Amino acid sequence: MTTLAHTLSDSRVMLRRNLKHQVRYPSLTLMLVGLPIVLLLLFVYVFGGQLGAGLGAHQGRHAYLDYVVPGLLLITIASAVQGTSIMVAMDMTGGIIDRFRTMAIARASVLTGHVLGSLLQTLAAGAILVGVAFGLGFHSGAGPLEWLGAVGILTLFAFALIWLAVALGLAAKSVETASNTPMILIMLVFLGSGFVSTATMPTGLRQFAEYQPFTPVADTVRGLLTHAGAGDHAVAAVAWSAAIAVVAYLWAVRLYNRRRAAEPK
Amino acid sequence: MTGRGGERGDGARCGAPGIVATDVCKSFGSHLVLDKVDLTADKGTILALLGPNGAGKTTMIRILSTLISADSGVMHVGGHDVVADPDGVRAVIGVTGQFSAVDNLLTGAENLRLMADLRHLGRQAAKRRVDELLEQFNLADAADKVLSLYSGGMRRRLDLAMTLVGQPRVVFLDEPTTGLDPRSRLTMWEIVRQLASTGVTILLTTQYLDEADELADRISVLDQGRVVAEGTPAELKSRVPGGHVRLHFAGPEPLRSAATLLPRSAADQERLVLQVPTDDTVDSLRALLDELHEASIAVERLSIQTPNLDDVFLAVTGSHLDRLPDDESAPKAGAQR
Repeated sequence: MTTLAHTLSDSRVMLRRNLKHQVRYPSLTLMLVGLPIVLLLLFVYVFGGQLGAGLGAHQGRHAYLDYVVPGLLLITIASAVQGTSIMVAMDMTGGIIDRFRTMAIARASVLTGHVLGSLLQTLAAGAILVGVAFGLGFHSGAGPLEWLGAVGILTLFAFALIWLAVALGLAAKSVETASNTPMILIMLVFLGSGFVSTATMPTGLRQFAEYQPFTPVADTVRGLLTHAGAGDHAVAAVAWSAAIAVVAYLWAVRLYNRRRAAEPK
Repeated sequence: MTGRGGERGDGARCGAPGIVATDVCKSFGSHLVLDKVDLTADKGTILALLGPNGAGKTTMIRILSTLISADSGVMHVGGHDVVADPDGVRAVIGVTGQFSAVDNLLTGAENLRLMADLRHLGRQAAKRRVDELLEQFNLADAADKVLSLYSGGMRRRLDLAMTLVGQPRVVFLDEPTTGLDPRSRLTMWEIVRQLASTGVTILLTTQYLDEADELADRISVLDQGRVVAEGTPAELKSRVPGGHVRLHFAGPEPLRSAATLLPRSAADQERLVLQVPTDDTVDSLRALLDELHEASIAVERLSIQTPNLDDVFLAVTGSHLDRLPDDESAPKAGAQR
């Protein structure tokens, strides 16, 4: 087999391992998939009436549901990558990583297995969330191309955050740290245009909210799903995603390789 | 017999020994962990690396198995240069570390299958090899159980089975029986012996002389990063004068008299025990008891101990084994979680 064939084969084996882990560790998987759904219900039924009224005259809970779905899709991503960090840290603090390192396998496959597994999990969780939202009466004017665009933007952003989570998992000294650090990503969804318009925020916060990566992604997806068009946020969303992906990838690979030269754990 | 000089460069090719390492040095910060270590294990033999905690045994294994790099030294494993061709080494070795390297969320069979797939055995061959190993390691009944239901001995057996999936030519075992109950320990010894009989070269570390004695063709005694003795078990034991007799006394008075009478002995005032070296013969024991009898010293009871690691150490280093505070076990503890 060629090197490329080995890399593909090893990555596929590691992906299968990762998917099995998701099934065998259902409490984690359910928590990650469940959190966005709980928040969806909370925001639509508890806060939705009042927040919807803020969207404009004659608006209400129903309009807020349409408004908030992109925000919850970002929560889905932020929540799922927490699992990535935990799984990576579990691997690194366990003995099995040393076994992989003493085998002639494609070095990157351990990480790509986690990335691909997490990406599939995130897409599935996102699909479930959208399904639930439709069940609650979510209305989207988007055509197939707009849906495709929204899925593409979200996938790209998820890919970037997953690499970030891999790096955080590698950098964490313990599984506990790995599980806590990505929480900040969930906060960033709130400190952006995920749940309310940034225009209603005080100046300092508004400036932060407008310039952080979650906001252009939320705005682009909202634009596509409401058939209002992607707008010029799309460029910022793609640029942020690409930048985060590249930096996080390089950071993760460096952390992964550096561990080799380290002292016995 | 460290075959220095002549064997150094071409050792890996001539006679294709399993493991040849020359002048290996490694330090962590200012702490010198390995100080010009030489090791040789011929193909199909078992070499035991014997030493206390912190002697550098695990570090040596981690270097030879490509996990960490040495500061200097020439090393060949299975004919491959460890520094220049780590992937070549990885393709022919199997490593079972001190801490279980198994996937806890998978079943026994899935763990083995994972290894088979990463070794690119192919579907049919992989399935055959997995079944074979489950059978051989007496894990067939537990094949489809998740590892959380495995006992310590079963995990250790699975760990070793995973190491052997790719039929490695050189196997590293880091303290393979530490923490195992006596029966599992015997099972593990049997497996190691069988493995060597099929031509696999084995380097194992141990803190127990009896284990090295049982298994190894040759033993290297490692102390504070240096090889302090090397040879066959018989050669090493011949350097140890013998075991010792422990005499237990009813009070400090007879202990003191006996200690004066037997100048080579070592007294333990707290436990009221006198340790007297012997050469393990009945005659010497009888002579000892006669001597005590003639001096009218009452001995409460006695026990006889065969040579242990401490005796070997005493013989080759002139000092007793002690646990250094700055040994390897401190950083290693982190890996235990």
